[in-house]
Amino acid sequence: MTADPLIRVTGLTKVFGNALILDGVTIEVKAGEAVALLGANGAGKTTLLKVLATITRPTRGSATVAGHDCVRDAEGVRRHVGLIAHGSYLYEDLTAIENLRFWSAFAGRDARDAALQAALTDVELDAFADERVRSFSAGMKRRLALARVAMLEPTVLLLDEPFSALDQRARKWLEEYLGSFKDRGGAVMMATHSFSRDLQITDRVAILAAGKIALDTPRSAVSPDELRRLYALHTEDLA
Amino acid sequence: MSFARRAWAVTWKDVLVERRSKETLNALVFFALLLLFAFQFALGPDRDRLAQAMPGLLWLGFILSGLLGLGRTFVTERENDCWEALLLTPGDKSAVYVGKLAGNLLLMFTVEALLIALFAVFFNVDLSAALPALTLVVALGTVGLAAVGTLFAAMTANIRARELLFPILLLPVQVPVLLGTVKATEAVLAGEPLAAVAQWLKLLVAADLIYVVSGLLTFDFILEG
Amino acid sequence: MATASRVLGWLAALGLAGGLAMGFGVAPRETTQGFVQRIMYLHVPTAWVAYLAFGVVFVASIVYLARRTDAADRVAHASAEVGVVFTGLTIAAGSIWGKPTWGTWWTWDARLTSVAVLFVMYLGYLLLRGMIEEPERGARYAAVLGIIAALDVPLVHFSVYWWRTLHQPPSVMKPGAPTMPPVILATLLVNVVAFTLLYLYFVTKRVELLRREQEARLA
Repeated sequence: MTADPLIRVTGLTKVFGNALILDGVTIEVKAGEAVALLGANGAGKTTLLKVLATITRPTRGSATVAGHDCVRDAEGVRRHVGLIAHGSYLYEDLTAIENLRFWSAFAGRDARDAALQAALTDVELDAFADERVRSFSAGMKRRLALARVAMLEPTVLLLDEPFSALDQRARKWLEEYLGSFKDRGGAVMMATHSFSRDLQITDRVAILAAGKIALDTPRSAVSPDELRRLYALHTEDLA
Repeated sequence: MSFARRAWAVTWKDVLVERRSKETLNALVFFALLLLFAFQFALGPDRDRLAQAMPGLLWLGFILSGLLGLGRTFVTERENDCWEALLLTPGDKSAVYVGKLAGNLLLMFTVEALLIALFAVFFNVDLSAALPALTLVVALGTVGLAAVGTLFAAMTANIRARELLFPILLLPVQVPVLLGTVKATEAVLAGEPLAAVAQWLKLLVAADLIYVVSGLLTFDFILEG
Repeated sequence: MATASRVLGWLAALGLAGGLAMGFGVAPRETTQGFVQRIMYLHVPTAWVAYLAFGVVFVASIVYLARRTDAADRVAHASAEVGVVFTGLTIAAGSIWGKPTWGTWWTWDARLTSVAVLFVMYLGYLLLRGMIEEPERGARYAAVLGIIAALDVPLVHFSVYWWRTLHQPPSVMKPGAPTMPPVILATLLVNVVAFTLLYLYFVTKRVELLRREQEARLA
């Protein structure tokens, strides 16, 4: 595809109080592409995702998603973005299907039970449709959170450690979902700590260190061991 | 149309959560009973004194319950960061405000009806004649209280000292509503016609309009995070 | 900026000196209240500045939400601080005036009560600002509160006024009766202008300080 990149970040800087979290980050993700963001805790991965998701405003620089500016046209961005963050965005006192029904209705979308049941079946939670989320395990909550995002049909996925708490089956489902998501022309940006398995669905790997992009390379160009060495090199700079 | 549907989704969700957890309503009912005791102890058994103080006490009860109940408006949204998802879902964010306001009105009306009934029984006052007029005054005052309360609850939800800050912000702004409703309630309980307090009712209507409209217009800026 | 602020400062000092001289030297001793009436030349200008300051907070808050310029936020912040100080001064001066005239430090006079409500309202505004660590969010929330509070001012004014005057005879003593001798009016005007200049001076100084604080944070 030669179209404009779905995610475009240019010279992005974010200051929280006295702390410089992002320091002139520039990165692009094209349609059908998945980029992994590696970095130590506090390197700015989550902040970068939050700026792209329009939760946090950048101090300087610009970010666009599907051509919409993350500050000036946040609503335009929100129509395209699906975010998996640390919070599951689920109400503990509602059942699985009630959660989906609420978010679907609140997004102004069709909330008929057949569609919601299908979304639950995808993540193998159909048997727990009428159970309250409070009784769910961490893995089940994560699966329901994924179903919630998938149901809203995003074109850009922002994932903050999406594989954590997933068992093998759920991991496989997510890998397949991300694969077909890319095939349909979606773009993925994923923050992760893993050097091996999580990276398999990604096309490029970027290392974020001290708020800067220290490395941005096609995944096939570096072996996991090489990546580990580079990662250690850049994150030691931080200390 | 879609705005109303989205606002309704928020109200429905909150009512469902409240029906399951029963956190707020149970606590408020209990609190209303305690207030009744406190007022009785503070004023003594003298009927006349109680009757005289009743409009003020009634509104004191409503406002104190409001401070407790309204302050919790966004507690469910803090769990699992649902707050963020409300912001990220495309569409007019003031639907959240309208939905939450409707839920709060439901909660406040329930508690207020209970408090009025308790007052009537325990302080032995006959309210039946004044009830229609009283309902109007209470409704007008509650809309103003809940409109600002919902907005300020959102504002203080993510602040550490929110239990302190919420009443500190809300009470001064509510001075007009408090004065208007107490004066109007006084007149209504004394058997005066509503026309006698038309001025206060107009003030309450104006306050309600100003609060609801400014809440609608500014809520986006609060939800932003 | 610095020179403008210095000129403002000197003008304010000059105005205050002139106002003092007129208040104590030129304006005559009032016949019924006596010497203490001269406190009006402090009380009325500070009250005016308080309302002006909160009006500025209102406008700056709207500008901030529309444009998101830090400068507008700084003006709102500075103006609210100065406004709270002047509301405090108004209440203090009113109390000192009230003691010999009404025989008590505090009376729930309509105007004093209105100003007292504003005092706590904007004190809350400053508290809110102080409790939010992230500057951008603090600015946004404060702007919303600044708008709601300002819209509430007329409601507070009318409700408190009716509360004190309906169903009872109007208060006997009204400071600043409508028929004011020209000398007194002139003295009052000079003081109002002087205090307005003082307000502008304080706000420009405070805005500058806030700007440097922010620069130091970003550096």
